[in-house]
Amino acid sequence: MIIFLSCIILFLIGLYAIVTKRNLIKIVIGFALIEYAINLLFALIGFRSGMLAPIITKVDMPHKFVDPIPQALVLTAIVIALGTTALMLTVVLRIYNRYKTFDIAEIRKLKG
Amino acid sequence: MIELYLFLVFMIVAAIIATEIKDLLAAVISLGAVGFSVAIMFILVQAPDLAIVQIVVEVLTIVIFVAVIFRTTHIDETIGKKLAGSHIFSIVTFSFFALLFIIAIINALHEIPAFGNATMRVASEYIRLGLPGAGGANLVADVILDFRALDTLGEATVLFTSVIGVAALIRSVGRTK
Repeated sequence: MIIFLSCIILFLIGLYAIVTKRNLIKIVIGFALIEYAINLLFALIGFRSGMLAPIITKVDMPHKFVDPIPQALVLTAIVIALGTTALMLTVVLRIYNRYKTFDIAEIRKLKG
Repeated sequence: MIELYLFLVFMIVAAIIATEIKDLLAAVISLGAVGFSVAIMFILVQAPDLAIVQIVVEVLTIVIFVAVIFRTTHIDETIGKKLAGSHIFSIVTFSFFALLFIIAIINALHEIPAFGNATMRVASEYIRLGLPGAGGANLVADVILDFRALDTLGEATVLFTSVIGVAALIRSVGRTK
């Protein structure tokens, strides 16, 4: 319970960075923090205490594994997070090359 | 599992530093501290596949961040400035909705099983069928490549779409006005 709430607090720090920061790099950092928090929450939900990683090493071993499905979902999500972060940073780079600032208030002023 | 709590406290502190520090390079290094802590926590909750992928992705993320900051500037000019009215409004709005969100999530967390007692309704079937049905000893690989291969196809589509987007945006030669 407390450990899930800590993940939610990490999520909220990322959301705080996205909503209130005016620097574009800080906003991308907020997105990355949210991705970490969600991935970690999924892996923690699938955990069973005292169980092994879901890899069969002997043919007739007892099936005492942690839940493999959240791990499979998170494996997909981590790679997608890299793609979205790279795309966001490229857009940020193009914005900087045009406006010479990361401040979104300045960029709004310079528009048009 | 006291080490999980210690790592979570470390991650929260590093995340606050990453959002509040003036130097963007230091912020990116703090973000890397959070990411590598996530990798270590994946090992502690018995997810070695996730830890391997997380380390690779984390290194790539930091390299991309540093490359962007290297080409631009590493000072966050917006930190020391006076708060504008819209900024204060956004902070107040965020605090209100964060409070609502925490109340909702505390109610929602009663519904999911407690930490360390995952119910395995679907997963028990995958574990039973994993070796005879899909033929792989690693059950995570069985799930992503056999039972839920359509998800992986979607993942590859998203990844290549973002690569096309990056390639289209980053090219310096192009049509000039």
